[in-house]
Amino acid sequence: MSARTNQSSFKSFMSSGQPWVWMNGGAVAISMIMVAGLLLLIAMRGLGHFWPKTVYEIEYDNGTRMVQIVGERVETEEVPRKRIVESGIKIDSDADMVERSLIKVGIREVLGVDFMLTVAPNEKSVSVPEDVLVLERTQWGNFYGFLTGVKESGQPVDVAKASLWEEMQFRLHRVKELRERIEGIEKIKIGAINFQLEKLRLKKRGLELKSVTERKPYAQIEAREDQYTRDYEILKEELDNLYRDIARDSITARVMTGDEVEIKLANVVKAYRPNAMSLGEKIVFYIKTFWGFVADDPREANTEGGIFPAIFGTVVMVLLMSIIVTPFGVVAAIYLREYARQGLITRLVRISVNNLAGVPSIVYGVFGLGFFVYVVGGTIDELFYREALPSPTFGSGGVLWASLTLALLTVPVVIVATEEGLSRIPRSIREGSLALGATKAETLWRTVLPMASPAMMTGLILAVARAAGEVAPLMLVGAVKLAPSLPIDANAPFVHLERKFMHLGFHIYDVGFQSPNVEAARPLVYATALILVAVIVILNISAIYIRNHLREKYRNLEEH
Amino acid sequence: MAAPQISEDVLLHRASPKLEEEKTCFECKDLSLYYGSAQALKEINMLVPEKRVTAFIGPSGCGKSTLLRCMNRMNDLIDIVRLEGELMLYGKDINKKSVNVAELRRKVGMVFQKPNPFPKTVYENVAYGLRLQGVNKKRVLDERVEWALKGAALWDEVKDRLQDNALGLSGGQQQRLVIARAIAIQPEVILLDEPASALDPISTLKIEELIIQLKANYTVVIVTHNMQQAARVSDYTAFMYLGELVEFGATDQLFTNPAEKQTEDYITGRYG
Repeated sequence: MSARTNQSSFKSFMSSGQPWVWMNGGAVAISMIMVAGLLLLIAMRGLGHFWPKTVYEIEYDNGTRMVQIVGERVETEEVPRKRIVESGIKIDSDADMVERSLIKVGIREVLGVDFMLTVAPNEKSVSVPEDVLVLERTQWGNFYGFLTGVKESGQPVDVAKASLWEEMQFRLHRVKELRERIEGIEKIKIGAINFQLEKLRLKKRGLELKSVTERKPYAQIEAREDQYTRDYEILKEELDNLYRDIARDSITARVMTGDEVEIKLANVVKAYRPNAMSLGEKIVFYIKTFWGFVADDPREANTEGGIFPAIFGTVVMVLLMSIIVTPFGVVAAIYLREYARQGLITRLVRISVNNLAGVPSIVYGVFGLGFFVYVVGGTIDELFYREALPSPTFGSGGVLWASLTLALLTVPVVIVATEEGLSRIPRSIREGSLALGATKAETLWRTVLPMASPAMMTGLILAVARAAGEVAPLMLVGAVKLAPSLPIDANAPFVHLERKFMHLGFHIYDVGFQSPNVEAARPLVYATALILVAVIVILNISAIYIRNHLREKYRNLEEH
Repeated sequence: MAAPQISEDVLLHRASPKLEEEKTCFECKDLSLYYGSAQALKEINMLVPEKRVTAFIGPSGCGKSTLLRCMNRMNDLIDIVRLEGELMLYGKDINKKSVNVAELRRKVGMVFQKPNPFPKTVYENVAYGLRLQGVNKKRVLDERVEWALKGAALWDEVKDRLQDNALGLSGGQQQRLVIARAIAIQPEVILLDEPASALDPISTLKIEELIIQLKANYTVVIVTHNMQQAARVSDYTAFMYLGELVEFGATDQLFTNPAEKQTEDYITGRYG
């Protein structure tokens, strides 16, 4: 009797639909946890990198003798003692598990390595010296050591040991100003001159190709070339002076091996003493460093510095892709839905379009390279940029070709979404317009398309999400490790669609797997991934904002 | 709730007209229509008199809406429709290839069963047809919009909310707005496809009064499944059944003294 009741209550539980609700809820929860977990992981690993970490001074028994280690503790893990002993390291402990730390010691020029491994039992004493100095440099990685003196033009400056730090800060400030001026001249002024000189060279070459024999046009070009060369000479001299000024100051510092090294302040990007910082100072430092990461150019084969060109390149490419893909997709969808005779052929076209979305993206990359870059780009070069040949202008990867390739990749999404939107416009609205004497085209243009615009935006949102995260095809059609100039700059015609560009997705791949110093660059991979996610979110939120605005305007769809 | 009544003087508008004395607006000659192989209209022969209200009544699926939609060629939108016979507007066959459909529809406006204002402002809804004709001067538009809204007895209710979204209006207001939209381009004929079927009694009453007023300037053709409505508003009534025109005549005569047995059965409620 009781068994039967149990059975029937189980049955009624099953038929009540509760299990399904639980199953669906569970599936949603798992998805949410995975997304949140991924974001959390990226955020923690990426954002933690910019926090000024405590620098330890460790007296360490490396098995043969005592050494001093100065550095940041990057990672700590539990390892079986046996394994370490087997690898030939003596450990002063009987425990089964010992703690092993990865210490970032920097000063590659002295040690030849960036990291050292220590085991906890062999760390004889650990201290946190207040005055330890950390330098971020333009080469050789970070520096950890103790400031011992300041030099001007090779001569020691006579300051009290207590005010060495202030003296160095003061001089660093001067170096920073000089560096900004140097960058201004090199990047903007000399960059512009080079750009103009190159243009003139091509112009001259163009005249030669047209076999112009008259002297006058050549003379004009040469006169202008001379003018630019003279300008360049002046700038060059100014630059030489600045370089001499910036090289004036240096510091001496003692490193963990006990050696004294001299470091030119010109090579120092940032100097700080993490152990002496208060929480407030650390927060300010953190914000500044993070901003530097977002706004600066990369250094040292992308493993240091910022990622601004990659952010810029990604955004430009995605916007360009949106501009290309929207009209294409919308026009195709309008034809398919409104004009084409519905039948076998339209059905085949629709199936093909849907399947295009499933083609591996690298295939699009190969197609983009073969068709856009070589055929279209090559032809453009042949016709309009003859003077630059054999070096290609449009005939090699560039932001335009990358955008076109991604537009091709995402056009099915836009077509499907737009068709969906068009099919949802009630027939009565079309008839209302037609009954007022509108032609089919007028009805489409004035009524149907505005009402379908939220659906088009939905398509665009999906397209942007897909395109911004795509890497494989970009490698073939224009994304590079380091682009010398941005696709949009101050040199007329301002937008340079033929230029190669940097991309966040490719940057992640490059820094994470292609860099000479993977361990040091790993936090940057997380941070870059976080920025990529943020860029996609921002692009999508702006698209969603526009869509909601349009929906509000044409909201009757829900009422019909 | 008692059904609202149309006032006596409005009902006195009819003076027992005679069909022979009317000017012809539409004329059907052996008009047949097929949906694929199914015949929906069977050799219809009738006249629609000018500046009168003509009602089509009949049970569902009798072809009354189909016939109405022939008059501004709305059936063109359906691929499988095929027409035979002639449908003349002032003596000209509207189904000829040379006829510009958009122009025809400017002359023959239509109002649908469900109010279908565009998701635009009240003003833009009424101005839609005018803008299509290239009228873009604000002064002209303002004038015509006001005129049309007054003509549709809606002006007083919406004059302060011309820039509001038309979808915020009530169902009855929306239907009058759609009528205003149709008369704004000054058509010759207005086709009404069950214009009050989705409305409440008060709105229905307003629409019916409006229809009676409209015939002073327009030829009105109305499809309705509501016989009382047909009796109230129309001068002439056509009774259709299974794609055939059973009887056509002056409304008073058709309702009081039908010539056909089928008509009598229908109006007395024996089927339908």
